[in-house]
Amino acid sequence: MSQAIVITSGKGGVGKTTTTANLGVALALSGAKVVVVDADIGLRNLDVVMGLENRIVYDLVDVVEGYCRLRQALIKDKRVDGLFLLPAAQTKDKNAVNPEQMKELIGALKEEHDYIIVDCPAGIEQGFRNAISGADRAVIVTTPEVSAVRDADRITGLLEASGFEKPELIINRIKPRMVARGDMMDIPDIIDILAIDLLGVVPDDDYIVVSTNRGEPAVMTDNSRAGEAYRNIARRIRGEEVPFLDLSEKETIWSRLRRLMRRN
Amino acid sequence: MVFNWFRQKTKTKDVAKDRLRVVLMQDRLSLSHGIMEEMKDEVITAISKYVEIDRPGIEFSWKEIDKRRALVANIPVISIKRGATSNDRVTQRSY
Ligand SMILES: Nc1ncnc2c1ncn2[C@@H]1O[C@H](COP(=O)(O)OP(=O)(O)OP(=O)(O)O)[C@@H](O)[C@H]1O
Ligand SMILES: [Mg+2]
Repeated sequence: MSQAIVITSGKGGVGKTTTTANLGVALALSGAKVVVVDADIGLRNLDVVMGLENRIVYDLVDVVEGYCRLRQALIKDKRVDGLFLLPAAQTKDKNAVNPEQMKELIGALKEEHDYIIVDCPAGIEQGFRNAISGADRAVIVTTPEVSAVRDADRITGLLEASGFEKPELIINRIKPRMVARGDMMDIPDIIDILAIDLLGVVPDDDYIVVSTNRGEPAVMTDNSRAGEAYRNIARRIRGEEVPFLDLSEKETIWSRLRRLMRRN
Repeated sequence: MVFNWFRQKTKTKDVAKDRLRVVLMQDRLSLSHGIMEEMKDEVITAISKYVEIDRPGIEFSWKEIDKRRALVANIPVISIKRGATSNDRVTQRSY
């Protein structure tokens, strides 16, 4: 049974595109047939994060408007078996597509693929409406910051109102050292406030910048903590029970001393 | 600062958590189809049966009182209606 999953957030820049790319690659590496769809029309991005920007001929809007067939617009990732990208249009705006058309498109993709991962634009307008229509499952990405969590709550409400019974949360860019110091909200804090199911936690990792620069999602290497986290999330999506990464860092003598002194 | 080490400070994460709780409560209420407005109207109707209030001066806000979230209504009273007891039907005076 194939499944369409939309990656949302509300607030911009929290890691939707990074998440879409990494989950797409990780799911394909585990043997599934996957299409990642860039629904951020006018702000195409997923192609460069995936390193496929030079191979685009047609895009999502071309398909919807009937300029090409769906298969012609799909870019096959030569590095990973069974992975395809459907790029967004760069020159059109998000009103070029409507929710019914998206639903039809996702339906067509589901006929030949196991997972359709849709990268949603930031915001709650038309682009969001388009991206969520046709999806069976919704994931909300947030960072451990007040503004991002607030927007995640808003998106949760909108998703529930649109018929997604159980949106799932990914907390991205956790900094274990800041959490240990009490300077950053921890996972239980955020889960408690939002009251939704946790799908995964991704640490803040410099390697994400490297991987974006290279166009090679972090899950393609073995030495990225974020990549490891995304591989775990992909396994959970496939229905496996995977324990959450232990992100806690060992305290150094200095940080321990400082913490003890602060307690007085 | 060295001296800060010795002071018991509220952790940043707790500040963040508390602020989020308040703001989400506001968001959720005000978003659920103007429930907040409806609630205000009902409170005003109820109170104005007994006291004459200054409608434009009414303020509803969220506050933190003794570590708990509180909905604070500031309702300026112009006068108390004569004979306003729970059993009486108060005739609405025009103002
Ligand atoms: N776990 C992480 N560690 C370090 N940097 C990260 C992490 N996740 C995302 N970033 C960085 O944050 C930035 C925003 O990420 P991304 O483009 O995925 O967000 P987005 O939600 O898709 O943004 P937009 O709303 O603009 O579409 C990028 O520069 C990315 O490299
Ligand atoms: Mg993006």
